[in-house]
Amino acid sequence: MSLDPVLLSRLQFVWVVAFHILLPAFTVGLASYIAFVEGMHFATGREIYGRISGFWVKIFSVAFGMGVVSGIVMPFQFGTNWSRFSDATANVISPLLGYEGLTAFFLEATFLGVLLFGRSLVPRWVHFLSAVMVALGTLSSTFWILAANSWMQTPAGYEVVDGRFFPTDWWALIFNPSLPYRLAHTVTAFYITTGFVILGVAAWLVRSGKFVDEGRRIMSHALWLLLILVPLQIVLGDMHGLNTLKYQPTKLAALEGRYDTESPASLTLFGIPDDANARMNYEVAIPVLGSIVLTHSLTGEIKGLKDWPVDQRPPVGPPFYGFRIMVGVGLLMLVMAVVGNLFRRGDRFVTDARFLRACQWMAPLGFVAVLAGWTTTEVGRQPWTVFGLLRTADSVSPSLTGANVLLSFIGYIAVYAVVFPAGFVVMRRIVRAGPRPQASDGPVQSGRPTAPIIAGALVLGAAE
Amino acid sequence: MTAMLALDFVPIWTAILAVGVFLYVLLDGFDLGVGILYGFAPDTASRNLLMNSIAPVWDGNETWLILGGVGLLVAFPLAFAIIIPAVYFPVLIMLLSLIFRGVAFEFRFRDAEHRTFWDHGFSYGSMLATFAQGIVLGAFIQGFSVRGREFVGGSFDCFTPFSLLTGVALVFGYGLLGAGWLIMKTSGDLQARARRQGRVCLVGVLACVVAVSVWTPIQDADIAQRWLAWPNIAWLAPIPAITAGVAWLTWRALAGTSEPGPFLGAAGLFLMSYLGIAVSLWPMIVPHHYTLWEAASSPKTQAFLLVGTAFLLPTILLYTAWSYWVFRGKVRADIGYH
Repeated sequence: MSLDPVLLSRLQFVWVVAFHILLPAFTVGLASYIAFVEGMHFATGREIYGRISGFWVKIFSVAFGMGVVSGIVMPFQFGTNWSRFSDATANVISPLLGYEGLTAFFLEATFLGVLLFGRSLVPRWVHFLSAVMVALGTLSSTFWILAANSWMQTPAGYEVVDGRFFPTDWWALIFNPSLPYRLAHTVTAFYITTGFVILGVAAWLVRSGKFVDEGRRIMSHALWLLLILVPLQIVLGDMHGLNTLKYQPTKLAALEGRYDTESPASLTLFGIPDDANARMNYEVAIPVLGSIVLTHSLTGEIKGLKDWPVDQRPPVGPPFYGFRIMVGVGLLMLVMAVVGNLFRRGDRFVTDARFLRACQWMAPLGFVAVLAGWTTTEVGRQPWTVFGLLRTADSVSPSLTGANVLLSFIGYIAVYAVVFPAGFVVMRRIVRAGPRPQASDGPVQSGRPTAPIIAGALVLGAAE
Repeated sequence: MTAMLALDFVPIWTAILAVGVFLYVLLDGFDLGVGILYGFAPDTASRNLLMNSIAPVWDGNETWLILGGVGLLVAFPLAFAIIIPAVYFPVLIMLLSLIFRGVAFEFRFRDAEHRTFWDHGFSYGSMLATFAQGIVLGAFIQGFSVRGREFVGGSFDCFTPFSLLTGVALVFGYGLLGAGWLIMKTSGDLQARARRQGRVCLVGVLACVVAVSVWTPIQDADIAQRWLAWPNIAWLAPIPAITAGVAWLTWRALAGTSEPGPFLGAAGLFLMSYLGIAVSLWPMIVPHHYTLWEAASSPKTQAFLLVGTAFLLPTILLYTAWSYWVFRGKVRADIGYH
């Protein structure tokens, strides 16, 4: 068996980015939530908000640390494994990554230090401001990285000289056709992901009986948020789909599981795609519905993959299944958001044991949807890195052998297999400890000692 | 193209990248150095203190690495596309080590059963990441096999006796920076220990710097010519002379009572070594193959990011300085992880 450096590089990229995306999917929303709670604490002065904020800041700090170290891996992947892609596209997308670093990473990292450790060192409004800065940093990062990603999906504002891309119009390049939809859809997805995590964790806090007040308040925040965002997300998803139909028809055909052009087109609910013979086996489809959903008319034509040469078609399986998982999860989320808010009557949302347990079970739903949606959009872009212009096979570093990439891939698998489960265990431990009063807000307010507290450290060591 | 070259952003980007990489080396250098010395700390209490001395600032420091990598991609993409695949495995080792040491900050405080494991992850991760960066540096100085716009050598070419030496050099160098940091942030026994460790690291660093300085012109005739031909030798003689002076001052500071002295001395040594490398390689960014100008991205690309960098970078420096000020003074046992 020969090892293919392109396939292995792709698998390695999938591995490192799939784990990495879980962290921003959670921290982007959580940073905003912490800023909100810090704001409530600052405005009302009520201690419960301080406890809630302190609780989530601890969890945030673990997730953010893991996000930083797994994120540093990402730009280096462009160089180590995708050097031809880097050489070809650097002139257009590298400044977007540069702006991400300049506007986001430093803001997040610096102010997180103050948010985590500075509670007793800075005035309260500065602490609140630090929370806002961290949240702004995460959003700015999302914007720039999605601008780069969207350009790879729907390139604009460029010219090609000698096989390399050069900028002609930065505005068109950044605000390329899919950016607004992708940005709105992704940020909403991240907020919803966070919403379900904090809902599930808070349900546990309520069930534990020890932190009912805190849990109840967090659940209430989460349910309001989800009631607004989940229906909004369904609308945004539809708009994003229509945008894909216009600019990336092969991706749309793949996620619909459509090999043959049809008018009016049916909507395939399920089936088993067979790329080799370009047909859908065991298909369950509803006539005409495809045209209604995608063209908002009864007779609209939907193109099938057979309209394109074989070497320009993406594989159908991953986008087809990924899309169905994402939509299925979305509908389940809608049910939870509606039921949860109806259960506000008579406080059922904090007293109904089955509902609380359901919230806990559904805590990871957002991650499932994010990974499924991400698979849909990235595999649907294949066989290109820059859609229609630069092939994935022509993007890989030429010096790499299959064995090289296999070795590095094993390294990433081994390290992530230790670090990510450990991170999960650590976060679960913080949840179990619950939102307690901040220890460091106690006796340390009395100025800055100039002498080291070796004795204090010893006591600390003994206490652990 | 000639008309566009009238606006030459290359010197500006060279300066920005040079400053960025130097800040990375200085800042992550001291916290990686603290990580290296961490393995030699006598007990849990002092390990807690060592870690808390860098806990609020390490991820900001590490962000300069992203800026360095992305800065190279933005300003000199051809260099990025050639160099990074050429140092595939050192970069891999560095990234995996940085992951281990990065998560260790949180994990060792919250995963007490496996504290020893995370302690090892932190110290060995810091050491290996540093060693890998040193290998990248050595391989960079030696140069790569290039054809056209691509690296055409093998993925293990970068492991040479010379690059292993620069790897060891950087471990001592970051160790010295870390010791300098700890002398400022601690006192009593821990500070005395840091002074002793600093002296060991200084001796190691100087031995390596001398070895590299002799070895580099021997293996590379161009570099020998650059340093030793008349009149260059007269102009460049101050660089080794000043380096020797800074080394002597650093030794004095380590042996004496000065608290900021050792750190400043270590920073001075890094600056001089950095200058030495720059003199050797200028104006190449891919040694022997491409100059800074040949590897540069389009003026439009450089201009676009420069607009933002012009006010974002000073802002970043300001609030980074502010956060160091917030956490100024000796490490407090009560702030940080406990």
